[in-house]
Amino acid sequence: MLRFLVRRTLGAVVILLFISAFTFFLFFAIPHDPALLSCGKNCTPDNLKIIHHNLGLDHPVPVQYYNFMVRIFTGYHYSAGNCPAPCFGYSFANSELVWPTLMDRLPTTLSLAAGGMAVFLLIGLATGMLAAWKRGTMVDKVFSSASLVLSSMQIYFIGPLALALLVYNNQILDQPKYVPITDNPVAWFNGLLLPWCVLSIIFTANYTRMARSTMIEQLQEEHVRTAVAKGMSGRYVFFRYAWRGSLIPIVTILGIDLGSLLGGAMITEWTFQLAGLGRLALDSVLHADLPMLMGVMLFSATMIVLFNIIVDAAYAFIDPRVRLS
Amino acid sequence: MSNDISLSKAPAGAAAAEPAGETLLEVSGLTKYFPVMGGFPFKRQVGSVQAVDGIDLAVRAGESFGLVGESGCGKSTTGRLITRLMEPTAGTISYRGQDISHADRKALAPIRSEIQMIFQDPYSSLNPRQTVGTIIGGPMEINGINPPGGREKRVRELLETVGLNPEHYNRFPHEFSGGQRQRIGVARALALEPKLIVADEPVSALDVSIQAQVVNLLQQVQRELGIAFLFIAHDLAIVRHFSQRVAVMYLGKIVEVGDRDSIYQRPRHPYTHALLSAVPEVELEGEERERERIRLAGDVPSPINPPSGCRFRTRCWKAQDKCAAEEPPLIHLGGPDEGHLTACHFPEEPTIAARGEDIVLDPALAAIEDVAERPE
Amino acid sequence: MTTLTKPVEDAAPAASGAFLSVRDLYVRFSTEDGIVKAVDGLSFDLERGKTLGIVGESGSGKSVTNLTVLGLHNPRTTEVAGEIVLDGQELTGASNRTLEKLRGDKMAMIFQDSLTALSPYYTVGRQIAEPYVKHRGVSKREGRARAIEMLEKVGIPQPKLRVDDYPHQFSGGMRQRAMIAMALVCNPDLLIADEPTTALDVTVQAQILDLLKDLQQEFGSAIILITHDLGVVSNIADDLLVMYAGKAVERGSVRQLINEPQHPYTWGLLGSMPRLMSDVTEQLTPIPGAPPSLLAPPPGCSFHTRCGFTDLVGGGRCSAERPVLPEGRGSACHLTDEQKRSVFIETIQPRLG
Repeated sequence: MLRFLVRRTLGAVVILLFISAFTFFLFFAIPHDPALLSCGKNCTPDNLKIIHHNLGLDHPVPVQYYNFMVRIFTGYHYSAGNCPAPCFGYSFANSELVWPTLMDRLPTTLSLAAGGMAVFLLIGLATGMLAAWKRGTMVDKVFSSASLVLSSMQIYFIGPLALALLVYNNQILDQPKYVPITDNPVAWFNGLLLPWCVLSIIFTANYTRMARSTMIEQLQEEHVRTAVAKGMSGRYVFFRYAWRGSLIPIVTILGIDLGSLLGGAMITEWTFQLAGLGRLALDSVLHADLPMLMGVMLFSATMIVLFNIIVDAAYAFIDPRVRLS
Repeated sequence: MSNDISLSKAPAGAAAAEPAGETLLEVSGLTKYFPVMGGFPFKRQVGSVQAVDGIDLAVRAGESFGLVGESGCGKSTTGRLITRLMEPTAGTISYRGQDISHADRKALAPIRSEIQMIFQDPYSSLNPRQTVGTIIGGPMEINGINPPGGREKRVRELLETVGLNPEHYNRFPHEFSGGQRQRIGVARALALEPKLIVADEPVSALDVSIQAQVVNLLQQVQRELGIAFLFIAHDLAIVRHFSQRVAVMYLGKIVEVGDRDSIYQRPRHPYTHALLSAVPEVELEGEERERERIRLAGDVPSPINPPSGCRFRTRCWKAQDKCAAEEPPLIHLGGPDEGHLTACHFPEEPTIAARGEDIVLDPALAAIEDVAERPE
Repeated sequence: MTTLTKPVEDAAPAASGAFLSVRDLYVRFSTEDGIVKAVDGLSFDLERGKTLGIVGESGSGKSVTNLTVLGLHNPRTTEVAGEIVLDGQELTGASNRTLEKLRGDKMAMIFQDSLTALSPYYTVGRQIAEPYVKHRGVSKREGRARAIEMLEKVGIPQPKLRVDDYPHQFSGGMRQRAMIAMALVCNPDLLIADEPTTALDVTVQAQILDLLKDLQQEFGSAIILITHDLGVVSNIADDLLVMYAGKAVERGSVRQLINEPQHPYTWGLLGSMPRLMSDVTEQLTPIPGAPPSLLAPPPGCSFHTRCGFTDLVGGGRCSAERPVLPEGRGSACHLTDEQKRSVFIETIQPRLG
């Protein structure tokens, strides 16, 4: 297991290096000068040169990339102040330090994504398993067709609609907002309830269908039939044998879906005006804010890569065949 | 489908080209290792599966040579090496005197048409999106062969040769049953008028009654077209029925080779004895003779770390220290058949009749039978 | 479950003394292409402690029959009619609860492919102990002790260590032994073995078959051995039942079936397989054609489309009238007993050499 983790971590470092370089060089491929934003209306070539120098944009791109990467680990003393490691520099747009901004925005996104995941896993898997258990009955048909309809409910469509119906017109739910869980858990929950539901709606539908189909597939496995032939009860076979086998495909898809979950969280934040990493990413792109963009990119890429390592390690707990090879 | 297969329409010529008895294919020291990857932190080769480990064999023109053994003995790999679907790790394969062990595509091209293969699974070995005509005509097209009367005419002839209706030219494989598909596979192999066909378990995926149809077809092809066969199978009775000479393989080695009767009636290697005694046989009235009963313990060991010396020694009742230290050479141990070679330090008597006492190495069997035999 | 009309001719009283009695069993699957008549009016009996071999090719209904005995068919797509009586208890209409109590305890099954038939997620020991814990109501620890005992009995070396292994850590032969241990853990009265050695190597097959035979002596179970290989059953079974296209075509003791086979299909099976003792100069005599589709089985005798002896019967009887399989020794064929005997002696036997 340790060997596996070490090997995967080495691989992750390579992937992250590649992503950082790709983002960095892609940024400079866009014909847009980030200095223009700070330069204002009366911009002269001389002013622009000074700003270029201040932002470090006068070096060749590979040198800039090298400096940027080194400073993440070593920290750097800018003329404007000290930037301790992990240092992603100052935002081009508002001159804030990148890392503290990220840390400020993280809890919102984390709450949103984790809560959304909890919702779609709980509801999606439960309904999917129920549909498989009651295969061919009315329950199965209702769940299956409902999940088909819901899987086409995009966030930017259902979000504003739900906001109008449930919050503004009927005041059934609170206005979505982020309250730290440490301040007030009830307010945290109430404030995020609607965003969670909206974010997870497509995922719930997809996990219902997936759980149903993998369970049905597993129930037809020969080893499941053997368990029935041994006299094990239907429920025991369902939960101990078929369910265990369904975990592998579900966990695999979960690993792949984390990226889309973060993407979904981004749109949800924008829809409900929540200040999370997603909005930060969107703003940094719009403002050509390289340090902030790199910070968000590397941070979310790290999360996804780490999550995938966790998923792969989870295989070993689920399937003994993986454990030994 | 006609069951009376007439081969008269197949062009003769292949049969007469080679005087019978001349060596067509010669293999010496043939070896194939598959790398096993592992290690830390970077994967590298940490061992190898010794699938085939230095085997010698020769197939004469027009004869059928049987290769028999249990799973993991390397018989299928041998077939794939000979057809050069795989590259050997070491050793030479020479076809009519020409070394083809490492020949490239270009050098192989003329030989590819003379060595054809029939595969085990009639379902996955035919492209489901091609018509029967395309499947059988394909090899001719690739090799730029234009038989007199055109390729289509030749394909129809071949269909008739293998006992299929020539009008099924435009049908797809899924419209045929398993046995018929295997006939298509045979027709495809015959399309280039090969001199040698490597048949890898050609009937083991088929039902018993269909097996016999395909075996008869292959036998007819072998006799009437004079095509040599390397017949690879795990079923000892079918191999005996089909082959004039037989080699027994165990864990990548040939342990015994010889004429059919010599191997089946006068085996010397303990493994051949065990194998023959394990075959479940229907004994007809008047035949209920006493066969020897040998029950080995456990399964075939892994070819990744095969036992030293003689590879069979871990399951052999005659094994001694010498067997672990020294690999027995494949030699003639006497008897009328000069070509009967055995690789064993302590060979068995050349008979398959029952012994005074059964050899039961399986611990569970031995325990139960011990209790049963003990007087109450 | 729908009741199907039973043909009168096959309805015979259950033989006395039978421990398992199957009467007029019909199994039909609905598929997209239509209704598959997988088992079509099958009757057989099995006595306690005896071994019945059921021989047939793929699609003959031999596996379906036995899955139906255990109630392992899919109830949504399968119609079952007829009687299956195990030790006086009717199984066809029995509730799931009743069947659950019987499965693994009174009747158990061994499957062909031990790699897919054992769960990869649980240890061998746990899978063996499970039915014992459930049916005997013992603790998990006692279950584990029993699993070790059973592993030892079936010849797994170091059972105390191997009990905690997962199936993929076992070799093919060891897995099949573990499956036997699992099936025998509760001393079942009936053991159904569905092609138990087909996936194994020849030398391992011999070990496993002998083991089954020896364990039967010890446990006293009745065994149904399903196989396509006459050689396998001829050494282990007392009686044989030959199945073709969902119907039983011949029944008798092993010696009767091999030495005086009566049905043209049985002749075909015998002539199709080369034996270690047969004359190699003699060609095999295959059965022409392929098995019929069970969606639309041929009328009359299902074998008449492949049979070479319909002319001897004459009058188109073979394609019009379904032959009856009598109780006890006999075959479902319109040939007269005299014809069966003379055809076999004159044409078939010499070819078997």
